[in-house]
Amino acid sequence: MITKRMLLWLVFVLVLVALPPLATVLGQTYYIDLVRRMLILSLAAISLNLILGYGGLVSFGHAAYLGIGAYSVGIMSFYGVASGWLQWPLAIGASALVALAIGAVSIRTSGVYFIMITLAFTQMLYYLGISLAEFGGDDGMRLKARSQFTGLVDLRDPVAFYYLALALMLFSVFLVYRIVNSRFGMVLRAAKSNDARTRAIGFSPYPYRLAAFVIAGAMCGLAGALYANHTNYITPGLMSWQQSGDLMFMVILGGMASTAGPVLGTFVLLLVEEVLKGWTEYWQAVLGPLLVLSVIFFKRGLAGMFYKPDA
Amino acid sequence: MLEVRALTKRFGGLRASDGIDFDVAEGETHAVIGPNGAGKTTFISQLAGNLRPDSGTVRFAGADITALSAPRRARLGLARSFQITSVYPDFSALHNVALAIQAHSGHSFRFWRDARSDPQLIQPARKILGELGLGERSEVLAANLSHGEQRQLEVAIALATSPRLLLLDEPMAGMGIEESQRMITLLSSLKRRHTIILVEHDMDAVFRLADRISVLVYGRVVATDTPEKIRANEEVRRAYLGTEA
Repeated sequence: MITKRMLLWLVFVLVLVALPPLATVLGQTYYIDLVRRMLILSLAAISLNLILGYGGLVSFGHAAYLGIGAYSVGIMSFYGVASGWLQWPLAIGASALVALAIGAVSIRTSGVYFIMITLAFTQMLYYLGISLAEFGGDDGMRLKARSQFTGLVDLRDPVAFYYLALALMLFSVFLVYRIVNSRFGMVLRAAKSNDARTRAIGFSPYPYRLAAFVIAGAMCGLAGALYANHTNYITPGLMSWQQSGDLMFMVILGGMASTAGPVLGTFVLLLVEEVLKGWTEYWQAVLGPLLVLSVIFFKRGLAGMFYKPDA
Repeated sequence: MLEVRALTKRFGGLRASDGIDFDVAEGETHAVIGPNGAGKTTFISQLAGNLRPDSGTVRFAGADITALSAPRRARLGLARSFQITSVYPDFSALHNVALAIQAHSGHSFRFWRDARSDPQLIQPARKILGELGLGERSEVLAANLSHGEQRQLEVAIALATSPRLLLLDEPMAGMGIEESQRMITLLSSLKRRHTIILVEHDMDAVFRLADRISVLVYGRVVATDTPEKIRANEEVRRAYLGTEA
């Protein structure tokens, strides 16, 4: 049965697939770059949605994994390891490990303490990035060469890179969709919905939350590896609290605990940003009130306009 | 089945549980009554593992569970319902119950298969909802159920964990007369098959359902006896029953 939801996804994917040839014909290749950035940040937002939307873990430090993923690629490249087959798994693995360490401590807390402790850990990593003089310190470092996937895809080709980002983004949508509806996901959502009840039926939420935190960290690490290749440049700013806030905003704007929400949120936020930038140099002064209004008027996020939340 | 010895819990100067001794035999329905502030909820919370006693022991099915967390106790077969309805408002009634079944069918580190259509969870969940008279309402979000239905769901969730001991904390709380009668009928059908601790204000329910009654006053058990004898007990009448009995 084809639902309205599937139809919307189909249209969205078709537009994304058709974009590079269209942009090339029209001589507007800039848009390939812009949408590729949206795709990569969508992947990061999707990973955050797993813990923030479905798990109720308000992580204010998710940019940490974007940074770790990016620095993993940058540092390996710096030491002459150019193979993406080595770089990207390392980016994912390192992010997962850091998420395990941060999560193991933070998930014991809740509420405001959780927000603050995830923020504090990420600030630590941010300052670590600044202090790494060898890797550019505050200024960041240039990526010597894009990750090499010999025989599979050449990331120097903007269109090929675009399609890889699209494929990974769509795969992560599917992955999170499967996870949140599995037994594991039901426990995660239950613990968010009613912690006391969840304990009373025999689950201790901690290991489930921690596992979700690690999965989200690993996925965001992949987004970081993509982002390093996208910009060819890695700065500590990737791990700044503003970046964490942006990711949170993408999820909340798009709709927490919805499949399409984080993608929608990322696309709309970056598009509005783009339009406003072309308009006025004081674009942030316009964006701020818009964001406030959107939160007030779309309580379930933009995705809430299209369909009801899952039962 | 359950043995509580010298259970004590203080909140500052207040002894909410003051050396409670309490036993439940297999198959028995043991009611706990007492005036407001007698420490019933504190007592139940210590049985369920939400509160640690300051001293005393709780033994369940032969094992000392005093130091175990609530989830561990639940996995051993101690199920509870809450005085204030505690369900998953954003899940359907069916998934509320299915989740409780899932909690007792192995670990849940299964990431791929759709749990919402898993017959191993859904079929038993439907069966329980049917038995409790919620069969028609299984697809409704718990938040949209009536208060009485939510109370039934609360019991359904506890039952779905296939408990050896059911802790029912005021299952009739906030119910109208008609709903209460339905709940009493429901509980009397459970009574034969389950061991139950029933905390309840509704004296009609308590005297109809309980095999034994313990009266809790200021954190102490002042009497434990059959319903007839409790009804006749002077101290209990003075402390609690007053004009009701």
